[in-house]
Amino acid sequence: MTSVKKRLIFTLLYEDARFMLSRNFRLQQVGDIAWLEKNYNFRETALSIDELIVLNVERSRKSDDAFREHTRMLNDDCFVPIAAGGGIRTVDSARELLRSGADKVVINSILASDHANVERLAEEFGKQCLVASVDTKRVEGTLMPFIDNGTHSLDIALSDYLESVASLPIGEIYLNSMDRDGTGQGFDLELLDHLPRGLQVPLILAGGAGKPEHFVSALADPRVDAVATAHLFNFVGNALQLSRQRLLAEGVCLAQWDGQRLKDLADSV
Amino acid sequence: MVNAVVVIDYGMGNLFSVESALRYLGVNAVVTSDPAVVDSARFAILPGVGSFRLAMERLATAHLDEAMRALVTRGDRLLGICLGMQLLGTASTEDGETGGLGFIPNRVDLFADGLGVKVPHVGFNSINPTVNSGLFADLPDSPDFYFVHSYRMTVDNMMHPHATCEYGEHFLAAFDAGNVQGAQFHPEKSQSNGLQVLRNFLAP
Repeated sequence: MTSVKKRLIFTLLYEDARFMLSRNFRLQQVGDIAWLEKNYNFRETALSIDELIVLNVERSRKSDDAFREHTRMLNDDCFVPIAAGGGIRTVDSARELLRSGADKVVINSILASDHANVERLAEEFGKQCLVASVDTKRVEGTLMPFIDNGTHSLDIALSDYLESVASLPIGEIYLNSMDRDGTGQGFDLELLDHLPRGLQVPLILAGGAGKPEHFVSALADPRVDAVATAHLFNFVGNALQLSRQRLLAEGVCLAQWDGQRLKDLADSV
Repeated sequence: MVNAVVVIDYGMGNLFSVESALRYLGVNAVVTSDPAVVDSARFAILPGVGSFRLAMERLATAHLDEAMRALVTRGDRLLGICLGMQLLGTASTEDGETGGLGFIPNRVDLFADGLGVKVPHVGFNSINPTVNSGLFADLPDSPDFYFVHSYRMTVDNMMHPHATCEYGEHFLAAFDAGNVQGAQFHPEKSQSNGLQVLRNFLAP
């Protein structure tokens, strides 16, 4: 085994001091961490994922303090790496998130507009700490990259943009289909054809997962190192637990642990 | 209930997650940069992410290196995590040759060239312990742990119970040298397997 395990990632979106999930193209408010725990048994969900991504999608940045506090609290409920981001433009803003319990920071708009600060972030925290988030959407049939929470299209082909992003000092690429996001119709595997050949960093594919088969087919592609979902459907009940069991049954190389053992270890010292 | 568990704060990395994992296990750890508090601990954890050279400079400036030596000499227990484990070795070539704390005779270097693997090594990977006791007690076969690092400790000279991980080559994933222990992976980020390792470290 010379490669690491593949990953199943859950993405929580955050706006107006609340966690949100996407459903049918819209953000649905799901509450704070206590609400998550009470209504969706967050600890149980956390047992089925390899990593958690939290993104503050609020444009005003008024919730930044609350976001950091909520990120800190997530450390009490899940014992997997946490990547956090949203509006990260400087070393200082990244440092504050990393001091609030994030293990990695997710960057997006500065990948297009501010390579100097990407370099600075990598110098300060190491490139493995940087998750490069790329949003893409079809415009008149052509895949185009978008920045600023998907509000601004870049005037460059997706493949050229991904090549430019891959040449920056980053640790992995989070490639999200805005067309599929929240639809539950399945991942858009065509996005993968726009990746540079011999990409040297792991690729996380996001946008569209609605059922276990979607994770299975995406992870079967050798270009996909991890799959992510922000869909509410995957968060209710034991959907992620079933997805993980299905992936393992299908022979997908995922890390394994014992959820019951984790519960038994609570207050065991 | 274990008392006097400290997490050493020297400005290198995420302390919340180690503190949270310990709290989950039932331990209220003290996060401290005070060498006197470290010196008085029964169990000290040295976490860390970042530059080896900078880390050694900060430990020396804060006299935390002396505090750890006193704790280890006295027979109390020290666990290094990630960069914290690497600092327990003799030296690293990160940012030029830098001496380490020297509790174990192992060196730290960048993953060798031409292995055909992506560096940094990031993600869950399996380890193979030489024993199933001490730091490695009560784990499943080839347990998975979360790693994130570009430099790794070589296995050479390691006479104590240890675990290796394969990533293009075998490297030292963890060791249990009596009261000095180390984990290149992040036990606080490795679900049940990681919490088990932390519990093993804190075993009476």
